[in-house]
Amino acid sequence: MRLLAGTESGPLSLERHTAVHGPPGERADLIEAVEQFGLRGRGGAAFPTAVKMLAAARHRGPRTVLVNAAEGEPLSAKDRVLCELSPHLVLDGALAAARAIDARQIVVAVRGDGVAALDGLHRAVAERGLGGRVRVVPVPVAYLAGQESALINFLEGRQLKPSTVPPLPVERGIGRRATLVQNPETLAHVALIDRGVHSPTALITVGGAVRQAGVLEIAGGEPLTAILDAAGGRTEPLQAVLVGGFHGGWIADTEIASARLDVAALRAGVIIALGESACAPREIANVMAWLAGQVAGQCGPCANGMPAIASLLSQVVDGTSAPGAHAQLLRWSADVSGRGACHLPDGAVRFLADGLELFAADFAQHARNGPCRACRSPSVLLPVPAARGRAAA
Amino acid sequence: MNPQLKIDPIACSGHGVCAELFPERIRLDDWGYPIIDDAPIPEALMAHAERAAEACPKLALKLGLTGRS
Repeated sequence: MRLLAGTESGPLSLERHTAVHGPPGERADLIEAVEQFGLRGRGGAAFPTAVKMLAAARHRGPRTVLVNAAEGEPLSAKDRVLCELSPHLVLDGALAAARAIDARQIVVAVRGDGVAALDGLHRAVAERGLGGRVRVVPVPVAYLAGQESALINFLEGRQLKPSTVPPLPVERGIGRRATLVQNPETLAHVALIDRGVHSPTALITVGGAVRQAGVLEIAGGEPLTAILDAAGGRTEPLQAVLVGGFHGGWIADTEIASARLDVAALRAGVIIALGESACAPREIANVMAWLAGQVAGQCGPCANGMPAIASLLSQVVDGTSAPGAHAQLLRWSADVSGRGACHLPDGAVRFLADGLELFAADFAQHARNGPCRACRSPSVLLPVPAARGRAAA
Repeated sequence: MNPQLKIDPIACSGHGVCAELFPERIRLDDWGYPIIDDAPIPEALMAHAERAAEACPKLALKLGLTGRS
């Protein structure tokens, strides 16, 4: 365990942070070291961190580092937990990245209901006397809050909605400056790499039918069953496990025993165990309806297609759809994919397609018979998990 | 390499004139928004592509060489 080292008994003060991790690194070859380690963004898109750093460093004029702790994925809590428990490690990473790309200003955007994370970061900034350089800003709780251009638009006083790219944030971001946007966990890795420590671990949020839902640090590459065990074990037999959140995909019950999760497959780091008491079609329809309510409404295909898909899907699950609904869903999915300014619809229809395939028999049964008894079970995928940190063995 | 058609999805209001002018490469979805075949445009079709881009009332359709997403 590296990222959450020393946090077993609570948040790390600057003194304890230094005792656990040692002083910040000062390596001149940080970007090369990040590249060599193969670090990829841990916010969900898994974009190579060094590529972004180089792009920002190459840009002329003043530069800014934006720590993206908006954590718009409702099932994820790991970034808030990291900011709460080890805020100095996140700041170390932001400062190291700022040094590497020659940025002066650092903005930390934190999901507004992440009170403990906000407190932890404010306290850490004050402890280090960084108030003039680091600004900690609460941002709305919304799926698109973590979308880079939407986040920057919000921070600039505009609506929380994506922009068409280019220009990318590394070209023109906060205050029209080149802005390096990185997720807190990614920056914690940067802080470790700066110290010469290459940790292969990842933070994940585990929820659903497990005894101890919460945030874990995993080694990467371990069996899925080991992760479920680390989360206290299953509360009931599982139908499937969702990996990656609302842009992710499912692991079928028959594959759970043999599945191994490498860090790249984790996307936003969310793992949800779907127990047999849940209704998968109902859960998926609920998520699609929720996502349809989270669209910015700027791009025609998504603004029209997402509500249309969600509405038809709920008809399928309620057993009130006309024949051909399945084909219609797939056609509309293809029609909204890749046609927006952001990737919300792309991820949403990928999640839908994966669910329609894995739970094909359940969907067919719903289309014929309407709601099932499990439809009345409490929703697994929509409630927000408790944001509480805990380390895996 | 020949230019490609690119659309700014935020600027596009689904006017649909592009699909009328360049049906060889542009069709409309169920909501009236253009679905563009973004393959390079051969010389023979270039005049149609240019006309479609110029006719867009929102200037959302562009003919360009770079295709970064």
